[in-house]
Amino acid sequence: MKNNIYVYIAIMALVTYAIRVIPLAFIRQEIKNNFIRSFLYYVPYVTLAVMTFPAIINDTQNPIAGALALTVGIAAAWRGLSLFHVACCCCAVVFVAEMILVP
Amino acid sequence: MQFSSTNSQAYREGLHDGIPIGLGYFAVAFSLGIICRSSGFSVFQGFLASFLNNTSAGEFAAITLIGAGASYLEIAMVTLIANARYLLMSCALSQRFASDTPMIHRLGVAFAVTDELFGIAIARPGMLNPWYYYGAMSMAIPGWSSGTALGIIAGSQLPARIVSALSVALFGMFLAVIIPPARQSKVILAVILTSFAASFIASTWPALAAFSSGTRTIILTVAISTMAALLHPLKADAQFEEA
Repeated sequence: MKNNIYVYIAIMALVTYAIRVIPLAFIRQEIKNNFIRSFLYYVPYVTLAVMTFPAIINDTQNPIAGALALTVGIAAAWRGLSLFHVACCCCAVVFVAEMILVP
Repeated sequence: MQFSSTNSQAYREGLHDGIPIGLGYFAVAFSLGIICRSSGFSVFQGFLASFLNNTSAGEFAAITLIGAGASYLEIAMVTLIANARYLLMSCALSQRFASDTPMIHRLGVAFAVTDELFGIAIARPGMLNPWYYYGAMSMAIPGWSSGTALGIIAGSQLPARIVSALSVALFGMFLAVIIPPARQSKVILAVILTSFAASFIASTWPALAAFSSGTRTIILTVAISTMAALLHPLKADAQFEEA
């Protein structure tokens, strides 16, 4: 059966927006419960860390290039470089490393 | 809210911080465009899907299934699962909104709660100015949707070398968000190292590797954040942004 692509797009968009808007629209007060506050405090660090590793190694053509980008990215961020500069460092490392590693 | 000079300044800062996100999205969306094309999307339909969704994993999963002739219900379910982590991010973000923030800004920011935009918003100290978010959105959304459209038009990928190099831009941004606070707090450092290790194990351990990466992210986020909150709760009177 051939379904309508616009209906698919509408379903995807509505489900995605609902997930994002419900907490933002309805949690209007500061959360007092200390466990929930602590939990939400740690969420971004865990989520972003989980998504970075090992994906950074699997997404490059050569895993060593990804590992180098991870190391350089951590060092650059540790030294307090801006978001844009850390991202540029990682890209440059992969580009140069793969010139050597990928024939 | 008046469009004061503070808001205009915040908007410009958002534009600036949004540049690498827009560029990274553009490259990643290009390969999404290839999938759109094989699933029978026209250039406009691909652009529309990306403009309205702003999700990477969610769109990849759903559009691949659409190509395989999935039902509407299946598309709703896969979108829900792949994007459920945004529910947690929106909860966290809600704590960065001043309680008198008008509803229109809550509805506006919610349009594009993505991993990267969430990351830079949470990295800003104090309460979030929605105009900062809008600035970053103004770079990110066009990058994502035009990248998708161009991927459909071109039909074949950029040179693999370029795609490979650009693909780590997003990870570089994640690191720039999570590493500086880890320098200040040993607890955050431990949380990040635990997350790296757990994520690596989960991607190789068959019982967990069978789940999609979106689902694994949810499971690990809930498990590790719960553990951290139990072992190291915030001080009762501390501000949200302090450990």
